[in-house]
Amino acid sequence: MKSITAQHLVKTYRNGQVRALDDLTLDVEEGTVLSVLGPNGAGKTTAVRILATLLKPDSGIATVAGIDVIKHPEKVRELIGLSGQYAAVDETLTGWDNLVMFGRLYHLGKAASIKRAEDLLERFSLTESAKRPIKTYSGGMRRRLDLAASLIVQPKVLFLDEPTTGLDPRGRQEMWGVIQELVKGGVTLLLTTQYLEEADQLADEIAVIDRGKVIARGTSDALKKQVGGERLEITVENSDIAKTQEIIARISGTATHTDVRTISAPVSTGSLALMDALRALDEATIHPLDIALKRPSLDDVFLSLTGHVAEETVEEPAKKKRGGKK
Amino acid sequence: MKHTISDSITITKRQLLQLARIPEVLVFSTIQPVMFVLLFRFVFGGSIASGQPGGYVQLLMPGIFVQTVAFTLASTAIGLAEDMKKGLIDRFRSLPISRGAVVIGRTFGDALLNILVLTVMALAGYAVGWRPTSGGLKIFSAFLFLFMFGYALSWIGIFVGLSVKEARTVQSVGFLVTFPLTFLSNAFAPTTGMPRILQYFAEWNPVSTMVAACRQLFGLKNQFGATANSWPSQHPLQTSLMYMVLLMVVFIPLSIRKYKNTSN
Ligand SMILES: Nc1ncnc2c1ncn2[C@@H]1O[C@H](COP(=O)(O)OP(=O)(O)O)[C@@H](O)[C@H]1O
Ligand SMILES: [Mg+2]
Repeated sequence: MKSITAQHLVKTYRNGQVRALDDLTLDVEEGTVLSVLGPNGAGKTTAVRILATLLKPDSGIATVAGIDVIKHPEKVRELIGLSGQYAAVDETLTGWDNLVMFGRLYHLGKAASIKRAEDLLERFSLTESAKRPIKTYSGGMRRRLDLAASLIVQPKVLFLDEPTTGLDPRGRQEMWGVIQELVKGGVTLLLTTQYLEEADQLADEIAVIDRGKVIARGTSDALKKQVGGERLEITVENSDIAKTQEIIARISGTATHTDVRTISAPVSTGSLALMDALRALDEATIHPLDIALKRPSLDDVFLSLTGHVAEETVEEPAKKKRGGKK
Repeated sequence: MKHTISDSITITKRQLLQLARIPEVLVFSTIQPVMFVLLFRFVFGGSIASGQPGGYVQLLMPGIFVQTVAFTLASTAIGLAEDMKKGLIDRFRSLPISRGAVVIGRTFGDALLNILVLTVMALAGYAVGWRPTSGGLKIFSAFLFLFMFGYALSWIGIFVGLSVKEARTVQSVGFLVTFPLTFLSNAFAPTTGMPRILQYFAEWNPVSTMVAACRQLFGLKNQFGATANSWPSQHPLQTSLMYMVLLMVVFIPLSIRKYKNTSN
């Protein structure tokens, strides 16, 4: 059973000058996680807003849990949770106030709303800050509270729009943990992101979108294979360059690329390749200045899929305040 | 739809909770009208000949009451525009709540705020010599009129708030509309001194008819610049009531529809 389907969605702005979605088609199997991966301006938020009933497409159809989102938005709203790109909670109120309010809006009784709020605060490690205004929260805490608000009533389908954009590495780790827990509970999740690593960590499947279209679709492994997997990168002294090129070429089995003193090549065996390289360098008494195994980034995916780097489409300045391309 | 009322009340409660969390807002929204009372009473009070027993303050107070409730338009719009900008409205719209609740709730909240503000102003007025002479029921009716006027304007505020992108725009637009409306009226000075064309505007101006209606209900004989024969000056109660009904009939459905279709 498909929990989410979108067929040929088109959404344009400014009288058709901006094609935010340009024939977007995707679906998500019940109980799985799909990550929509794309650079700023690719159309991620637009797609999420249409699926979450906030926006009507110019054309195309979409269903959530088998219900048409355009014809029966009110039914869809009973089944979904949405956490938008910018944490949308009342900043002047406390975390507790916010969650109780959302509980009431989901028509839980007063006692049930309080109980649910407290459970969620506990689950997202926010109990200590429950009585502080959201204004005083860190970015990570805000996002967690926003996520909690979308889980008041166990949703069947959850939409998370760039849940970690703008968070520091620690906040991102914490958020990933929280999302992984959620997924174990069996919710169907559509998650958008600009980071391949995030999609890799959280999603069963990835749909790469560019300029409003899905340009590639598959498991993270499949995509990475398409991109060429990891790259081994070694920086050495000038005198060692030739020798190192030879070693890396032997390990990767393909041509190497040299950028000043950094030699790199794609490898398929991951850390094994790294160890082989270290051993070989040691035998040749070469002391590398730097050595790394680089995971492919969104940029690499884009480069290999489209032949161009992930460009940022022009976005309204107001929307751009958090999170850049990197 | 059975949840419309309870959902609206939840939204109203949120607004009250906000006020409780940042009480400065409440303090300043009551200080401003009180300041107006004092300024007009003591700066102009001596120089404007009112021809009214009890002095200028008797004519002034209805004017300030109406001016203050007229600002509800801007404050409703600003509050809503801020919620829009922060993405809260989007979140509300993704919830299975009654369609009109978010905007209805806000008009309730602003109406409650008006009750408070009107009370504080009445007390301030009393302290500087304002004494309505008509009797309980009429005085109560005057306040009911003021309250309803504010409520009707709140619905225009909803429409404006949903239509603009920036709360700051609303602020400027609010002043741009409210100031001419309140000053091109009989609220603070007689309209008889204005050029004929402005006089005409001032007579039909809902602010004037509201002020005149309140003056009448507070028991004032002198209508302060109401040009003798114009229909609105002679029937201020009816004209005001007509305006309020008209505003609500037009703007309630319009605003609710706008809310439903709004998508940033
Ligand atoms: N309200 C709008 N008016 C005009 N253009 C818009 C609007 N919303 C989005 N866009 C444009 O549509 C494209 C896709 O935007 P969006 O869905 O927000 O992308 P993403 O979430 O992937 O960054 C961008 O080019 C953006 O500028
Ligand atoms: Mg986005």
